[in-house]
Amino acid sequence: MTASFTILAAITVAGMAAAMGLRNAVHCVLALTVGFAGIAALYLQLGAQFVGFTQVLVYVGAVAILAVFAIMMTQSRPSATPAPRAPLWAAGGAVAAAVFAVLAWAIHSNALSVQALPPQPEAAPSATVQQIGDALMHRFVLPLEIVGLLLTAALIGAVVIAMGRREEMK
Amino acid sequence: MTQTLDQIFVLAKHWLLGFLPAAIQPFCSALLSVVAIILVFATLFAITTWLERKGLGRMQNRLGPNRVGPCGLLQPLADGIKSLTKEDIVPAAADHAVHFMAPVLLVAASFLGYAVLPIGRNMVLTNLNAGVLYFFAVGSLMELAVFMAGWSSRSKYSLLGAMRAIAQMISYEVPLVLASIVVILHTGSLSTVAIVDRQAVYTGIWPHWFVFTPWGLAGFVLFMVAATAESNRSPFDLPEGESEIIAGYYIEYSGFKFALFFLGEYIGMFATSAMAITLFLGGWAAPFSFLTWVPSYLWFFAKLLAIISAFIWVRGTLPRLRMDQLMNLAWQFMLPMTLINLLAAGVWQFMPAGVARWPVCAAIVAVPFLLLARGLKQKRKFQLRTYRFSQ
Amino acid sequence: MLGDGILKGLAETARNFFGSYVSRDRLTTIQYPEQRDPQIEAARSFPFLVFDGADWQQGLRCVSCQICEKECPPKCIFIEKSKDKKPDAVGKPQFYPVRFDIDISVCMSCQICVEVCPFDAIKMDVDYDLSTDDRFGGLLLDRQRLAKSNEHYNKIHPTEAAAVDAALAEERAKAKAAAEAKASAAAKAATEAKAAAVANPAPAPQPAAGESQ
Ligand code: SF4
Ligand code: SF4
Repeated sequence: MTASFTILAAITVAGMAAAMGLRNAVHCVLALTVGFAGIAALYLQLGAQFVGFTQVLVYVGAVAILAVFAIMMTQSRPSATPAPRAPLWAAGGAVAAAVFAVLAWAIHSNALSVQALPPQPEAAPSATVQQIGDALMHRFVLPLEIVGLLLTAALIGAVVIAMGRREEMK
Repeated sequence: MTQTLDQIFVLAKHWLLGFLPAAIQPFCSALLSVVAIILVFATLFAITTWLERKGLGRMQNRLGPNRVGPCGLLQPLADGIKSLTKEDIVPAAADHAVHFMAPVLLVAASFLGYAVLPIGRNMVLTNLNAGVLYFFAVGSLMELAVFMAGWSSRSKYSLLGAMRAIAQMISYEVPLVLASIVVILHTGSLSTVAIVDRQAVYTGIWPHWFVFTPWGLAGFVLFMVAATAESNRSPFDLPEGESEIIAGYYIEYSGFKFALFFLGEYIGMFATSAMAITLFLGGWAAPFSFLTWVPSYLWFFAKLLAIISAFIWVRGTLPRLRMDQLMNLAWQFMLPMTLINLLAAGVWQFMPAGVARWPVCAAIVAVPFLLLARGLKQKRKFQLRTYRFSQ
Repeated sequence: MLGDGILKGLAETARNFFGSYVSRDRLTTIQYPEQRDPQIEAARSFPFLVFDGADWQQGLRCVSCQICEKECPPKCIFIEKSKDKKPDAVGKPQFYPVRFDIDISVCMSCQICVEVCPFDAIKMDVDYDLSTDDRFGGLLLDRQRLAKSNEHYNKIHPTEAAAVDAALAEERAKAKAAAEAKASAAAKAATEAKAAAVANPAPAPQPAAGESQ
């Protein structure tokens, strides 16, 4: 656990915590963006440039913007939502703990990852675009196609919903 | 001799670093490069504001600034002093922290892109494997800064401006990235250095710039249109829209913060222009093989100035688009054309090298363009607008 | 074809850009403080007071009748009438303004004061670079700053001034003729009276001589 990892992890966790704790919705989104950026930095630290920059492009550039857009469209004044009641806190905590347990178990039981702790970090494989393209087109072509179909369906659905609204307005 | 001249900055840096202990050398090397980039491009910003005001003036039968210094050359300095000494006003209702962070983030994000831009031979801050991707990733940070500025000001104009700006940036980011993908398809690399190296070879005296291929030309034009929109420049300057929403998302900023927005916008414009040069115009490569003795960075800045002049020229010519025209152009024209261009680049890749692939690829781009243009015209999307009351 | 209009526009701006270096038509800007366009004759900015002769205080044509003060729509003229009288251009004793102020920050250059003045004493100036850093005192013009010579008037509005001068000269000639007639009549009456007195040494009917006027 290096110093830079500690700092990045701290930033990420702090951003995520702030995203949950802050009262103003826009502040939450901005804090969430900090968290996303922290995760991207972690990817970069692992030498996964492609994934890291995609993380920034997709999460900071698109997801966060989408979120703030939604907030801007729906809510004109910043409203302070009251703190959720205690039982909800408890339920949320339980779910979070469960997810964490599952993930921790998955990582821990994967003996490979433990063994593959890099003996010489500078030799960490850095996937080139070519490799990623090859992998997508050969090994993972079926999942790719399925995801593509799903996204197209979602896109068409969104367009249909928007079109329907316009007919109504006429 | 030409070698030395070409590498003079690199050598100077190494010479300077020689005086430092080895432990801090990498850090100081990066620091030196960053400071150099910031200084050079901030100066370019100053020159560009002068150039723009002069050029626009001439296009509008005026002289432009001519009072401060010879030919008004010190005008940027005067502007800078003015904006530095102005009162910094923050609206009472504003979200102070976010309001303060927005211009800083914008400028920081706009400078980040330069990390992967090769300014000359061996003159790149970091040669990232995923350089192009990095460039677009940090470009998307600017959207966030714009949103923060517009939202935190708590003014309906700035919010409207931010909405427009973000809608525009998102819409044009798609064609921007798709237009540059053709180059990545051809070179098989996301590294900007590799892309320039591929173009810095010559057949006879002619360079291998991608703009001299059918898909490259179409890609370059599409890229530049999208880049104009990305950098909020006329005719796509709706987010500013002085006549409707006064100054858009930075209306509530004054003094130095306003200047920062200005700086960020121009620095972002230079960055996208530099990206266009890197992708299509051969980066720092000389236009003819017999001109390679001219230092590479001079070629880069010559090309950059040419593109900036083109931006100014377009700004002096075209009126601002309406919001629906803007969106129609993005989704009905730019997006299909970039996809078709992608197809052309693919066909080029698979056809045997020779004369045959030229007309085929040109046709793949040109025929849909003409058809699309006709179709859009018939739908009266790009027609002269007739007004009911004011004529 | 899509985009040919854009190319046409670009060609036009390019023509403007390069033309501005060679042709005067494509660079119409005047470098204002150093260069000025010649004024057209009908130009007008704010009113001024005309005086004849060399001394502005002596020669002011204004007789302080205060018509302009009453007619000025935004009420930006302030006049204080003198207690005594002094001879005007024609020689008639008249009042004169001891104060005559125009607040040109209020004046709307309507020229009504000029239209109503029966003495051609107030006219429109063409001076327009009047900006000042004193927005009250600097824009409240007093008598002295308002007074400008008839030559100045002739210079800025030659045609109009010539007509005014001709009319005034005519009036003056008439007044002079009248004065001469009066003088000669008085002289004649005096000689007649003298003759009568010589012929008839009785007390002379003095008022009759006065009544003959
Ligand atoms: S020009 Fe009009 S407004 Fe000005 S002083 Fe004369 S009457 Fe008044
Ligand atoms: S300027 Fe003319 S109208 Fe005004 S007070 Fe003097 S004489 Fe009368």
